[in-house]
Amino acid sequence: MADSQDHEHNKMQLKGVMGWVEYRLPWVNLLNNAVGTNYPTPRNLNYWWNFGSLAGLALVIEILTGVVLNMHYVPTAEGAFASVERIMRDVNFGWLIRYVHANGASVFFAVIYLHMFRSFYYGSYKNPRELVWWLGLIIFFLMIITAFTGYVLPWGQMSFWAATVITNLASAVPVVGTDIVQWLWGDFSVGGSLLGRFNSLHYALPVAIVGVAVIHMWALHEHRSNNPLGIEVKGPQDTLPFHPYFTAKDLVGVGVFLLVLAGLVFYAPNILGEPDNYVPANPLQTPNHIVPEWYLLPFYAILRAVPDKLGGVIAMGGSIIILFAVPWLDTSKVRSAKFRPIYKQFFWLFVIDTLILGVVGANAPEGNWIIIGQLATFYYFFHFIVILPVLGWIESPKPLPDSISTSVLGDKKSPEPAE
Amino acid sequence: MKALAKILALAVVASLAASPAFAAGGHEPEKHDWSFNGILGSYDKPALRRGYQVYMEVCSFCHGVEFIAFRNLIDMGLTEDEAKAAAEAVQIEDGPDDQGLMFMRAGRLSDRIPPPFPNENAARAANGGALPPDLSLMTKARPFGPDYVYALLTGYEQAPDDVEIAPGMNYNPFYSGEQIAMFEPLFDGAVFFEDGTEATIEQMAEDITQFLMWTAEPKLDDRKRMGLGVMIFLVILTGMFIAVKRRVWADVH
Repeated sequence: MADSQDHEHNKMQLKGVMGWVEYRLPWVNLLNNAVGTNYPTPRNLNYWWNFGSLAGLALVIEILTGVVLNMHYVPTAEGAFASVERIMRDVNFGWLIRYVHANGASVFFAVIYLHMFRSFYYGSYKNPRELVWWLGLIIFFLMIITAFTGYVLPWGQMSFWAATVITNLASAVPVVGTDIVQWLWGDFSVGGSLLGRFNSLHYALPVAIVGVAVIHMWALHEHRSNNPLGIEVKGPQDTLPFHPYFTAKDLVGVGVFLLVLAGLVFYAPNILGEPDNYVPANPLQTPNHIVPEWYLLPFYAILRAVPDKLGGVIAMGGSIIILFAVPWLDTSKVRSAKFRPIYKQFFWLFVIDTLILGVVGANAPEGNWIIIGQLATFYYFFHFIVILPVLGWIESPKPLPDSISTSVLGDKKSPEPAE
Repeated sequence: MKALAKILALAVVASLAASPAFAAGGHEPEKHDWSFNGILGSYDKPALRRGYQVYMEVCSFCHGVEFIAFRNLIDMGLTEDEAKAAAEAVQIEDGPDDQGLMFMRAGRLSDRIPPPFPNENAARAANGGALPPDLSLMTKARPFGPDYVYALLTGYEQAPDDVEIAPGMNYNPFYSGEQIAMFEPLFDGAVFFEDGTEATIEQMAEDITQFLMWTAEPKLDDRKRMGLGVMIFLVILTGMFIAVKRRVWADVH
C-alpha cells in the first residue's frame, strides 16, 4: 500500500541517544505514524470523531482508579461491603477514587454509545471498515461483562440481586441449564464464590479490552478514518496531519469530558446509582425493583420483552449479535446519512427507540410498559433486519461531492497542500 | 415520518416523568432546603452536634451506626476531649489477654461506636421480631435520601379509617407499605439542647437527618470544596484548549 511508502518517505530522523534508540526501537516513528504529523486524517472530521480518543481516556481512567481500589477491596461476601465503606472513609482520597471509578464507567458507556451512533449516522462500518466495527463490538461486549461484574463487587442489595438474575439466565439453556448456573456460581447459591471470580474477571477483562483496542486502532489505521461526507480521501489536499490539527481538536473534547465527569463526581456522585446498593446484600430480601445500571437498561428491556425465559435470553443476545451483521444489512453504497434523506429520519427513529427501551428497562414490567417494551424491541430488530436493507435498495441518495477538499474549501482551484 | 418521531418523543418524555421510585409505595417526601445541598453546600456544624446528641439519646438504643468510630466525631465537630469522653463512656469487649480470656475495657477513639445489640437475633427479640436497620448509610440507601428520612420522622399520623394496622405496627404514609414497626421516636422535648435550641419534633428531625447525612457521606465538605477548585481549573483548561484549537486551525479554514 501507499502507506508504507509514505512512512518511509516521511521518516523522522533523530540524533544522539534518541537516534541510537530509534535505530533499534523506532517508537517515535511508530507514534508519529499513529497519532503524529505522519498520520494523514480527513480534514473535515467534526466533533463526533472525538469519542474514540475519549473512550481511550475513559479506559485509562478506569484502569488506574480500579488498580488503586483493588488494593483496598476485599472480595469476600463477609468483607466486600465494609471494605468499600473503608475506601470511602479511611483510605486517603478513597471517596474520590471510587466516585471517579463508578461515574467514570457511566461516562465511558455514554462515550461508547455516542461513538457507535456516530458510526450508524456516517456509515463508518461499511466496506472497507467492517473489521474495525467488529473489533469495536467485541470491545463493547467485553465492556458490558466488565461493567456487570464491577456492579456486583460492592455486594450491596442491587449487586447481589443483579448477579442472581443475570446468572440465572443460564438456567434457560435446555437440559444442562442448572448445571451451568451452578458452575458459574461455584456453589449452590450466589455467594462469596461467585464474588471472588467476578472480582478476578473484573480485573482481567480490561486487559483484554486494551488488547482489542490496539487491534481496533491497527485495523483503523489501514484505511484510516471515515469522514462526515463518507467519501474516499483522494489526495493530500483532502487531509491534514493528525498532529497538531486533531490532537488540538481532541483536547477540546478532553476538556468537556473532564468537566462532565468532574461535575458528576463532585456534585452528584450517586445520581446514576441505585440507593439499594448502599444496603448490604441480603439473600433473604428481594428489592422491589432489580435494575441494572442505566447503560444496560435497553438490553434489560429486550430481555424482559419476551415472555419466555429462553426467548428473552436469545433476544437480548441477538440484539448485540445482530450488530455484527450491520455492514451487510445496510445495503446502501453511500456511507453518510448526509446524502441519505430517508435513512437520516430512520436513524433518529432508531435513537428514540433505544431511549424508549432504556426507559422501559427502568420501569417494572407492568401494564403499558410490557406492550411498549415489546413494540420497541420489535422495532429495534425491524430497523436492522428490514429497514436497513430495504432503504439501500429503494432510496435515491443525493449527489455526492467530488472530493472532501472541494466540499470543505469551496471553489478554490488549487487548495493548499496539507503539509 | 416526522409525526411518528414526534409521537415517539412524547412517549419518551411521558415515560421519563413516571419515575420508578413511586411504584415502591409511600408518598414522595417534600424537598427540604438542606445546608449541604447545592454546589457550595456544607454541613451545619451546630446541627451536626445536636443531631449526634439526638442519635445518642434517642436512636442509639435500637439503631447502630457501624461505620462510625469515635475518632470520626472529631471530624464532625466534637473536640478531642469530648470524643474521648464519649468513647470512655462505653465498654468494649477486647482480648484475648495473656491468659486467653476476653475482657471489657473503656472505649478508645479508635473504637467504632458499639451497636445496641450483639447480633440480629438479639435485635429482633428485643423489637417484636422487627430488625432496626443500621443507620450509617441510611440517607444514601433510600430514594430521596435525607428528604425521606426527615419526612419519615415527622410523618407519623393517625391511620385513615380504611387502613387496618397490623399488631405492633404504626401508620406512616412515607414508609414503603405505609406500616412501620418503629413507633414514633421523637416527641417535643425528648432531648435538651445545650445551645438553647428548642427541641421540637421538626428541629430534632432536621438535626438527626443532618447527622445521618454526615455518617453516610462524611467527606461531603471536602468533596464540594475540592470540586469548586477542580471545576474552575477545568473551565480555564477547556477554554485554553479551545483557544489552542482555533489558533492551530486558523490557517486551514
